[in-house]
Amino acid sequence: MDNREVLVDIKNLRTFFYTEDGVVPAVDGIDLTIHQGEVVGLVGESGCGKSVTALSIMRLIPNPPGKIIGGQIFFHGEDLLKKNEEEIRLIRGDKISMIFQEPMTSLNPVYTIGDQISEAITLHQKIHATEAKKRTIEMLHLVGIPEPEQRFSQYPHEMSGGMRQRVMIAMALSSNPELLISDEATTALDVTIQAQILDLMRGLQKKLGMAILIITHNLAVVAEMADTINIAYAGKIVESASAREVFKSPRHPYTYGLLKSIPKFTEKRTNEPLPAIEGMVPSPYHMPKGCRFNPRCPFATEKCREEEPEILELTPGHLVRCFHPIEP
Amino acid sequence: MSPFETEVQLAGSGPESYFSMVIRRLLKHKLAVISLGILISILIFCFVVPLFFKYEPTYSDFSYLYGSPNSRYLFGTDNLGHDTFTRLMYGGRISLIVGFSAAILPIIFGIIVGAFAGYYGGVLDNILMRITDAFLSVPSFPIYMALAKVMGQGVINIILVFSFLGWMVDARLVRGMFLSLKENEYAEAAKAIGVSNLRIMFRHLLPNAMAPILVSVTLTVGGAILSEAGLSFLGLGVPSSTPTWGNMLTNAQQDIFIAPRLVIWPGIMIFITVLSFNFLGDGLRDAMDPRLKL
Repeated sequence: MDNREVLVDIKNLRTFFYTEDGVVPAVDGIDLTIHQGEVVGLVGESGCGKSVTALSIMRLIPNPPGKIIGGQIFFHGEDLLKKNEEEIRLIRGDKISMIFQEPMTSLNPVYTIGDQISEAITLHQKIHATEAKKRTIEMLHLVGIPEPEQRFSQYPHEMSGGMRQRVMIAMALSSNPELLISDEATTALDVTIQAQILDLMRGLQKKLGMAILIITHNLAVVAEMADTINIAYAGKIVESASAREVFKSPRHPYTYGLLKSIPKFTEKRTNEPLPAIEGMVPSPYHMPKGCRFNPRCPFATEKCREEEPEILELTPGHLVRCFHPIEP
Repeated sequence: MSPFETEVQLAGSGPESYFSMVIRRLLKHKLAVISLGILISILIFCFVVPLFFKYEPTYSDFSYLYGSPNSRYLFGTDNLGHDTFTRLMYGGRISLIVGFSAAILPIIFGIIVGAFAGYYGGVLDNILMRITDAFLSVPSFPIYMALAKVMGQGVINIILVFSFLGWMVDARLVRGMFLSLKENEYAEAAKAIGVSNLRIMFRHLLPNAMAPILVSVTLTVGGAILSEAGLSFLGLGVPSSTPTWGNMLTNAQQDIFIAPRLVIWPGIMIFITVLSFNFLGDGLRDAMDPRLKL
């Protein structure tokens, strides 16, 4: 894994939102590395900063109220945060693409899907319209849309949610990006379609070799897809390891709690209630002192309430932000 | 055919496009359909019929002043022996041209101002909207009169004056549309594939704002025809030698007791045209709102 070249290297990213009620540190020091052709999962609850991280990479943070106040995002060794608006625009959709959560509303209702994919192609490649149309039909075929020639001239409202998400994927992949960010791309779909889309993405990843950053709250999604998993909590990465490691021996109490709360079919049925993580996600306006997970953590000590732990590499490739990691 | 085949066909036909839905709903709106018919007739009357008609609008028959309608002069003649029927057609051309231009130029300007204000928001929005507010606070009629005096009378000038003072409501309308449209996921998705801001505004968002804009244009055409008639009536609009419906009213005012039909005909034309535009606008608004049951 690590012998592949580093594609994206996020260092201490801090993205804050300045609202009327106060400052929300949505992302507060996230580090993340994505190698070429690697599938990286970023998992966490709502409000932990997953989507804000993705939007920060794309430099799509709405400003105001949002602002990237610190850190670096290296892409091929160049800091994306130092690029001007025009330079970043040429990277978006060309080298880095993104698919969003809502396939029902992510397509413009007044244009045919063919028009929209062709636009994505001609934006970044100087090719003729007929050539773009040919390429669009190829892309539609690639993402498994039947009868792409007919579909080319259909409007978004004539397609189902799953089909539209395929169109979004076709659009995102139309200029062979090196990184595809999937922000809860399958969350709005029902489970069978979700499985199809994940299958499709995995197949395309093998075929085209791009890196994928999968953002989700669904551990099952990353379990199927990701090489590396990062667990985020309250704006920070709390655990980062290979997918195998995370599921086999979670070291952070939060990850441990998350995995415990998934029912297992292999275990014998008992009448015990399913374990859950106590408490609530902290309010972004009042982050707890010390470790952000300490109010909910069963292992918290005085030290956890006072000091904030650093993220440490406990075993090679397994990073944990905890004073009292769970022993494997 | 078995009942199953029918089912399959129904499912395959799919939902109709927005455009065909609007047309279908508009055709259900009786007043709008009648108005559209009347407007098309008026357009033909003003722009096509004169091509096959013998009189020039400036032709004077001095032997038949204030003439009653007869087979030669269908609606009679005025104080200078002009054929009223011919002048109604040619006058309608100017009135309609003024009406359309004075609706379309301000909407273009309003779209530009409103789009930038709504899309970018913040300081730019504040500046543009305060300028708009300032323009809205200007009493328009004295300004029309002053500008008409300064710039001189003429069709082009009156269109420019109307455009200069008519864009504010459109700008506010478009700004409101853009404020909500820019929050749509497809705007963000367009950004994510690298579409520039200008292109998002005018290619991705504007077509989605067309429905209320079209309604506003329709209603403004009627308003502009009325304003032109009003200014011409005051002698500040189009020069009185050029026939417009407003000018015909002005010229006839001293003759209202001698030959009332000289007032009635242009009056009726203005009334019917403006009313039809308003009904059509109402119909369009209803047809374009999918939440409304017709």
